[in-house]
Parts: sequence; C-alpha cells; structure tokens
Amino acid sequence: MPEADPWEQVTLAITLLAIDPKGLRGLWLRGRAGPVRDRVLSGLGLLVPRKLHPFTSDEALLGGMDLSATLATGELHRHAGLLEHAGCLMLTMAERCPPGLAVRLGQALDSDPRLSLVALDEAAEDGEGLPNALADRLGLFLDLDGFAWSDTADMSISPSLITSAQARLRHIETGTALERLTRVAAELAISSLRAPLLALACARAHAAWRGGAEIEDQDLQVAVALVMAHKALAFPEDAPDQEDAPPPEPPQDQPDQSQNRDQSELDIPDEMLIEAARAALPPGLLAQLQAARVARQAASANSGAGAKRKSMRRGRPMPSRAGKPGSGARVDVIATLRQAAPWQKMRRAMMPGRAMDRLLLMPSDIRIKRYQEQTDRVLIFVVDASGSAALARLAEAKGAVELMLAEAYSSRDHVALVTFRGNKAELSLPPTRSLVQTKRRLAGLPGGGATPLTHALEVALATAEQARRHGMTPTLALLTDGRGNIALDGSANRVQAGEDASRLAKIIAARAIPALVIDTSLRPKPQLAELSAEMGATMIALPRADARSLSSTLSAALGG
Amino acid sequence: MTPFPFAAIVGQDEMKTAMILTAIDPKIGGVLVFGDRGTGKSTAVRALAALLPPIEAVKGCPVNSARLEDCPDWAQVTETETTSRPTPVVDLPLGVTEDRVTGALDIERALTRGEKAFEAGLLARANRGYLYIDEVNLLEDHIVDLLLDVAQSGENVVEREGMSIRHAARFVLVGSGNPEEGELRPQLLDRFGLSVEVTSPKEIDTRVEVIRRRDAYENDYDNFMAEWQPQDVALRARILDARAALAGVRSSNVALHDCASVCVALGSDGLRGELTLLRTARALAAFEGADEVTRAHIREAAPMALRHRLRRDPLDEAGTGARVARQLAEVLP
Repeated sequence: MPEADPWEQVTLAITLLAIDPKGLRGLWLRGRAGPVRDRVLSGLGLLVPRKLHPFTSDEALLGGMDLSATLATGELHRHAGLLEHAGCLMLTMAERCPPGLAVRLGQALDSDPRLSLVALDEAAEDGEGLPNALADRLGLFLDLDGFAWSDTADMSISPSLITSAQARLRHIETGTALERLTRVAAELAISSLRAPLLALACARAHAAWRGGAEIEDQDLQVAVALVMAHKALAFPEDAPDQEDAPPPEPPQDQPDQSQNRDQSELDIPDEMLIEAARAALPPGLLAQLQAARVARQAASANSGAGAKRKSMRRGRPMPSRAGKPGSGARVDVIATLRQAAPWQKMRRAMMPGRAMDRLLLMPSDIRIKRYQEQTDRVLIFVVDASGSAALARLAEAKGAVELMLAEAYSSRDHVALVTFRGNKAELSLPPTRSLVQTKRRLAGLPGGGATPLTHALEVALATAEQARRHGMTPTLALLTDGRGNIALDGSANRVQAGEDASRLAKIIAARAIPALVIDTSLRPKPQLAELSAEMGATMIALPRADARSLSSTLSAALGG
Repeated sequence: MTPFPFAAIVGQDEMKTAMILTAIDPKIGGVLVFGDRGTGKSTAVRALAALLPPIEAVKGCPVNSARLEDCPDWAQVTETETTSRPTPVVDLPLGVTEDRVTGALDIERALTRGEKAFEAGLLARANRGYLYIDEVNLLEDHIVDLLLDVAQSGENVVEREGMSIRHAARFVLVGSGNPEEGELRPQLLDRFGLSVEVTSPKEIDTRVEVIRRRDAYENDYDNFMAEWQPQDVALRARILDARAALAGVRSSNVALHDCASVCVALGSDGLRGELTLLRTARALAAFEGADEVTRAHIREAAPMALRHRLRRDPLDEAGTGARVARQLAEVLP
C-alpha cells in the first residue's frame, strides 16, 4: 500500500462512514479522550450521533414511561428510547460495556439497518477492550494512539460531496471484489463471515467517494486496511508466531490454519491486499487486541459467591428509599402510597382541577425497592512453577488447584491464573468462568527456573485490584514452596526478594484481599508462615494435607 | 423487512435439520446452537419463524390461548372469536429484569388510574411458541432459575405486590451462544431437546456464496426474496406434511432397542435422552416421508439429541460430539 498520511486515512474512514453508515454499521475508535479524539469526533458531526454510556438502562434504550409528565398530568406519557430513533449512536467508555448491553446493541444493529454505532474504546489496561459481540459487527477500526496534535488537522468533510457519493453508491459494480475479500479474510484467519461483507461495503463506499463506477484495487486496499486488518489472527507468512499469542481455542485453530496453508499453496495469496492489511497495523497492536479479545471471551455474566453489594433488582430485600423508577429499579407501591397518603388533602387544595377520586402522586413520593446481592467472586491462583517446586511437588500443586477449581465450579466463581518461574510472573489466564481453559493452561504449565515470588505477588495484586474495579470480589490462593529468590527489579538477590515479598504481602493485607497460602515444600519453612501472616492469609501445608482435609480447609477459608 | 430466508442459508446442514425437526415436533423441546461468531446462528433462528405454521388463538388474549376457557381471568378477555396469528418467536434479551420475564404489576396503570392490573411478561407472549435466548450462556443465574422452573411446570406463577397471577407458559427454548465465553448449567442444557455445534465454513467457495447471498439480501432485496421466498414456502409445506404424517410413523421394537442401547453406551442421565432421540428420529422419518423409523434415522438424530446430555466432568475438555460418534459406530454398526 502506498505510504498514505495516517491522518488522511483517519479522515477517509470518517468520510466513508458518513457515506454508508448502513453498510459499514459503525466505527470502533480506540484512543484516550483528548484533543486528537475530539477532532475525529467533530468530523463525525455529520452523522449527528446520540450518546449512550455502558450503564444506559433498558428504559433509556427501549423507551418507557415519562414519570414526571405522567404524574403531572394524570395521563400516560411515554418517552422514546435511543434505539427507536434511526441514525448513529455513540457508545462512550465502550471498554466497560457489559455483555448484556453489547448483545442488545448487536441485536439492534442486526435487526434495524438504519442504526449505526460509534464505539469509543478507551482501553488502558491489557485485557480491556470492546466486547466481541460489537467488535465483530462494527466495520471500521481506527487507533488514535501515536497521533500527535501536530499530525492532525481539522476535518473538513463536505456534505454535498457525501450526498453525491451516496447517490452513486447503489450503482457501483462489484466485479470479483467479493471473492477476493473472502479469500483475504480466510488468509488472515478471520473466521467471522461478517468481515468480508463489511469490507465489501467499505470498498463500495470508497469507489463511490472517488467517483468510480466499479470497485478497483485501490478500493479493496482501503477496505482491507480499515475493516479487516485489526481482525486478523494470522498473517500467511508468520503463522508460527501465533504460538506466542494466547490461542483461545487451540484444537479448533489448528485445522483452520493448516487449511489456510493449503489454500495459500493452491492459490497465490492476494499479496497486495495482505500487504495492505499489514501496513495498516502498528506493531504490537494486534497482540494487544488479541489479549483483549481473550479476556473478553473469558468474562461472563454476573452473580456468585462474592461480597455483598446493593442492587435495585435482586437479592435479599432491604428497606426501600426515595428514588426514580427505571434503570431496572422496581417501585415499592405500598411504601409509595404510604408516603403520599398524608399529603392528599393538602394537594387537593393546591390542585383543584384534578379528579377528586384519584390519588395525587408527586414524583418525590416514589419509593423504590432495594436489594442486597452477592457479587462475583474471582479466585486468583498464584502457582509456583519454579525449579525447586517443579522438582518436588508441581504435580501435587496442580492437583490442589484442580480441587479448588471443582469447588469454584460448584459456587460459580470466576478463576484467574498467575504463574511464575524464571525471572517473572505472568497472568496466564485473566478472570474467566471457563474451567476448561484454566485446566488447559494449567496442564501445559512447564516447570523450572528461579522463584520470582515477589513479582508473582505484584501481578496477583494488580489482577485483584482490576477485578475489584470490575465489581468482583477477589480471593488469592498462593501455591509455593516459599523460597523466593528474585527481587522485584529482576536481580537474583535473596535478601532483597524477601523484603519485597514482605512489603507486598502487607499491601495485600492492607487492601483486605482475602488470601490462602498453600505450602507445597516437603519441609515447611518458617519464612512462608511469616509471609502468610503478613498477608493475613490462612496457611495450609500441602505435604500433610490429603484431598479431603484440603477441600474442607478450602471451603472454610473460601466459604466466608 | 422480512428476515433472511431459511432456505437461503448456505451449508450448516445439522443446524438446519435440527430447526426443521423442532418445527415438525415441538415436543422434541427446542434447539441449542453453539458456535463461533458470525456463523449465522441468529439468522437461522429468526428465519425459523417464517417456517412455522400459524396458530389459532383467541383474539386479544395475552397468552395466545386456543380456547376462551383457557384465557386467564386476569386478562379479562371479552372476545370469543379466534384468529390466526403467526407462531410467536419471542426474544429474551440478556440483562432482562425478572419483571419483564414473568410480568408484574402494571405500574403505569397503577400510578395513573389507581388500578391493580397485571402487565404480561415475555413468558406470556411466548406461550405456545418459541422463546429465543441469544448468548444463552451469559444469562444471569436468577433468570435461568426462573426459566427452568417455568419450563418444568409449564405454568408461570407470579406472587408479589399483592397479586397472585398464574397463566400457562409452554414454550420451546431456542438458544445460541459461544462456548468460549462461558459454560451453561447442566440443568439448563438438559432443557434443550437438541444441540448443534456450528463452525464457519472452511471452503472458500462456500464462504463466498454465503457472502454473495447476504450481500444480495441487503442490496438487491426484491429480486433476492423473489428467488428464495418460494423455497421457504415449499419447505413450510413439507414441514406441515411431516406434522400430519408424524402420528403414523411406526417405531419398531428394534428401533426402541437401538435408542436405549445408544443411551446406555453413552451413559446419558435419565430417560429424557432416549425419549428425545426417539422423537427426533421419528420427526426425521416423517420429514423424509418414511413410514417407519430406521437405524439410519437414529444414527443421524443421535448426535444432536445426545451431545449435551453426557455426564460431564466440569474439568474434562474432550469434545462430547466425538464421544457420541465413537459410541454410535460401535453400538449401531
């Protein structure tokens, strides 16, 4: 692909979206809030988007009763929902979008061709990103990272040019574009069939934009760069590199890739288009998106054995309080009436026009029900796979984890896996409810190397904090033989390592993250007991624990 | 806009067969479709609605009752005539509140007119029809509990806010989801009669054809529908014929024995597996115009009827589809 000015590419994407929002379905805009993003958003002004946020209620989406107007007039008034208007929606903080909303928006996009969606993804941490249900459906993708203010310019998109392009849109000849795009999608290991369709719409819009009568190579290049590149799971030449990225479903991926290999041997791959896809991707972005995709796959629905939080919908009832219905809150009719009753006489005097036999309610009378529910618990396993542990008891440690997994399964917990060996720890599996994935990761866990216990604690702490921000209740389960010998800075300094570990343990205790330490060494050492005490954790020595006693201790420690 | 025609769905034969069979005999108990994104799961479910024959229901009845005496008294139905309406296919969205599912006190009427009235929920609308749950594996636990209870009893009971309401809620569950994103509780799995797994087609030509048709549907709607709608109509007629023929399909002792031995070999829980397998095989025979269930029918029906019923270690990752295929080859040579 010719070296295009990146900002021009951004402007082009916005223009194409303005031309054919119906075919492209929307834009996934990745980047932090800031002047650069504001410039892009100002370009979207032509579409006049309406905003929604991740916690937009069903009532706002689908419409509902307008309470104040209804009560003021005594007649039913309805307000329309966001999804009932045709046009463009803008989802802010899309990385926080819960699966329920994502599915709703996805269904709305599927069923109402007049809707399109701009998702503003401000993902800051690994594992955050747009829900897959939306990422799959939105055509265009733009990443604003790396744009300096000086690289950008005001977007000037002429409405009249857009209109004339729209008029041409229906008459563009497709030619072989469809076959070529499908083939490229297969080369890039994109399994969803929405991708080629969206790319076709993009190519068509681009052809209309430059005033062509049929889709040409340049249109396809633009389509591949804007629509397909970010969805790619593999590039034909570097398929082996896939090993590094966490494969979401290895058994199914393998035939897929070999299929691609065969294919590329049979037909000459569309080099030009693959190149276009490659050029469109800044290095590292693909891995980042992949991580987010896996994490998103792992995330799932609510409820579990975690801490309590207040809720409007379910759980144990609590006293009702003043509030507005909607956002899923239920009106407590009795409490509302009780609140309104003493004022009736006074209100009648104030509002003489109203029928005498009716109750006069004011919005401030409304009482809503409150409930207390349990949030999800996430069990974070921190598993020592270092040489000292591996030699002796890695297999037993895995057994203990499986025991806890079975426990987690019955109480519908989420699990996450942090493993450590060599000079660092890593989050092998972000919080998920899929035990199959956890088991698979655990089974493939190699042993050997030093014991970076401190780094493991650091990663575990970060994971716990992130889970907490997502409304879950974290619990740590640390399985180690306790001989930490790598300090936080990566040096092999046993003393420094000990101090670092103790510091982190105290932080964990201070953040009130419940923890469980399982000593897997043959002869338990006092250091680990000290560490465990500093962490405020329950400690079990594995050598003396058989499956049943381990299980009962666990239930006691976790059952809480 | 009419949904994408069922007949125009390329490939995915097992999914299409499962949908057709459940349309022939609703007693089979619904379909669960598990698979990757963008494989046409929801397209197929929405297309299914067009294949279902209309039902006769009392005018104005919120629960689609067939006879006046079946109408719940809270609905205060005054009409006596019945009218033909399409078989309901009701969407149960994720994040739905319990009130929306079961129905609740009609707040609008309570506030504006001071009347205590019941506002029917999704379960009422789905009575005698289909209840479709997209991303069923992400459904919240308390809604799942509620669905299981209603599916078991065939009746929806609402006891709260000073109301005591009950109405019939017999529906066929159709669910779709992506197994990578979460697991389904075994109790809910068991509620689905059939389960199929779909993957994206691997051959380039098939993929091109899928996209060509979808593109034609979106950009050349009239011509596309003119081509495919008659095929949907023909398929619907065939389903109706099969429905009529269903009662006459014989199942010999050999067939019953085959069903039982497959289930025993697979160690599926309870007798629901056998029953579903037999029903599915019989619907398949009726669809193919046979007057007796043969071993071939059972062999074709077994994977979709049994795949999700195997006793499953939560930590076992082996695909159940493969296990069914292996046992089938041994038991029914």
